Amino acid sequence: MTSETFLDIKDDFPILSRLINGKEFIYLDSAATTQKPDSVINSITNYYKNYNSNIHRGIYSISIEATEHYENARTNISHFIHAKSPNEIIFTRNATEAINLVANTWATKNLQKGDSIILTEMEHHSNLVPWQIIAKKLGLNLEFIPVNNEGILILDNLDELFSKNGKFLAITHVSNVLGTINPIKEIVDKAHDFGLVTLVDAAQSVPHMPVDVSSLNSDFFVFSGHKMLGPSGIGVLHAKQELLQNMDPFLYGGDMISSVSLRDAQWNDIPWKFEAGTPNIVGAIGLGKAIDYLNHLDMDNVRKHEQNLLSYALKKLNELGDIHVFGPKNPEITGGVLSFSYSDFHPHDIASILDTESIAIRAGHHCAQPLVEKLGVPATTRVSFYVYNDKSDIDKFVHGLEKVRSVLS
Amino acid sequence: MYKEIILDHYKNPRNKGVFPDAEVSAEDYNPVCGDRIRIDIIIADDKVSDVKFDGEGCAISQASASILTEMLIDKSIDEILKLDKDDILEALGTPVLGPARIKCALLSLKVMKLGTYSYIGKAVQPDSAD
Repeated sequence: MTSETFLDIKDDFPILSRLINGKEFIYLDSAATTQKPDSVINSITNYYKNYNSNIHRGIYSISIEATEHYENARTNISHFIHAKSPNEIIFTRNATEAINLVANTWATKNLQKGDSIILTEMEHHSNLVPWQIIAKKLGLNLEFIPVNNEGILILDNLDELFSKNGKFLAITHVSNVLGTINPIKEIVDKAHDFGLVTLVDAAQSVPHMPVDVSSLNSDFFVFSGHKMLGPSGIGVLHAKQELLQNMDPFLYGGDMISSVSLRDAQWNDIPWKFEAGTPNIVGAIGLGKAIDYLNHLDMDNVRKHEQNLLSYALKKLNELGDIHVFGPKNPEITGGVLSFSYSDFHPHDIASILDTESIAIRAGHHCAQPLVEKLGVPATTRVSFYVYNDKSDIDKFVHGLEKVRSVLS
Repeated sequence: MYKEIILDHYKNPRNKGVFPDAEVSAEDYNPVCGDRIRIDIIIADDKVSDVKFDGEGCAISQASASILTEMLIDKSIDEILKLDKDDILEALGTPVLGPARIKCALLSLKVMKLGTYSYIGKAVQPDSAD
């Protein structure tokens, strides 16, 4: 793929052929959630039409079939992120639940009063609020790696942060507001040098670029299926097996046990120890199909495509003028996310007027209120790209911004 | 959504400013969008004799505050406390606003009621902006 080429796959996504108010639907909010290709949608209806059944216990054919599809999805995911084994893959509801799982099991057992959890100023609320709660419960300190004006982490004082009672690092790989790709391997390695256990929020990286958890060597690693063409309600916790083996379960009930008496129970092996109750079977199967689709595109191409879109969008916005981009403005270190302000127009007005043109974008604090406050604005306007976007989407978006100006001034 | 009346009040806000010593004065802020509205009302003989609003935010929040100030003038305290969501939406000319934007439209009503209830010494009703 040369730097000029783009993926051309809109037709695989039925929602993108929908007309809204008579206009072609332009979707530029993939950092919030992604649209689904036919193959994922069909895998969901296929499950319900042909082999809907519970997993892991049925003796009959379709239950065996459902179990196979569910466990194949786990294997598929483990290959996709280069995990060492499918046993390292725990299905959760989403990245948020995966983080809560770690906070309520590993953290409550292993952290003590006076210990510090290191976070960054660019965390999504999902990787901030659970740690606030655990910190209050256990008497822990929260320390933050700061962000500079360009939306890049300031790493000068990592040694000091990590050495001062630092026990745990929870950090996002890619900012959902600014698109900044953090030098995650460097930071995780340094945290390990100081003996910290690490959690990487990969909700905005796994969908958009090749990721290798084994080489990254993170202890915990979380992401959500719906942000990578999969259904909502399915997410993943990846963790090292020795950690999982020594952790207590998160939820208790069926499927997570090996044997139960009236007054006691033994836990199932990993990963099932962490999957109490009937899981989101069809969600896992759909996520497996989404990964097939992404593998077919090739994640190197996905990354290149988004870099090309971001470069094009930055150029077009620059030509439009009166735009201030929050974030690095360098496609080499930025994912397909672009937050900006436009003249003194309020982001909600921009979003509402673009909606009348059938263009879906995001306005607000993007579930990262502390970061947006640090940018010095109440809200930003954000567009985010994915595999199905193309240059014409950006052209229509920029044209929509011209309409915003003509309406509001 | 961006009807002529909304754009007119957004671009040419009426009664913009502050009365530092007004009988009724209140301010509120919607942290989700950053809309901020302050309303000052001068009361004489239990009636609104003059009113000003100040603030910043989206076109809907600022226009609805401007329109609200025009609705208040010469009304009694009882009358302004009876104003509700439907009155505001009707005045804005958009009977339907999505759940994301309705808070913008009703912020000024909430602030007016907050200040007025406080002036007459009653706690604001939790659902007074609905």
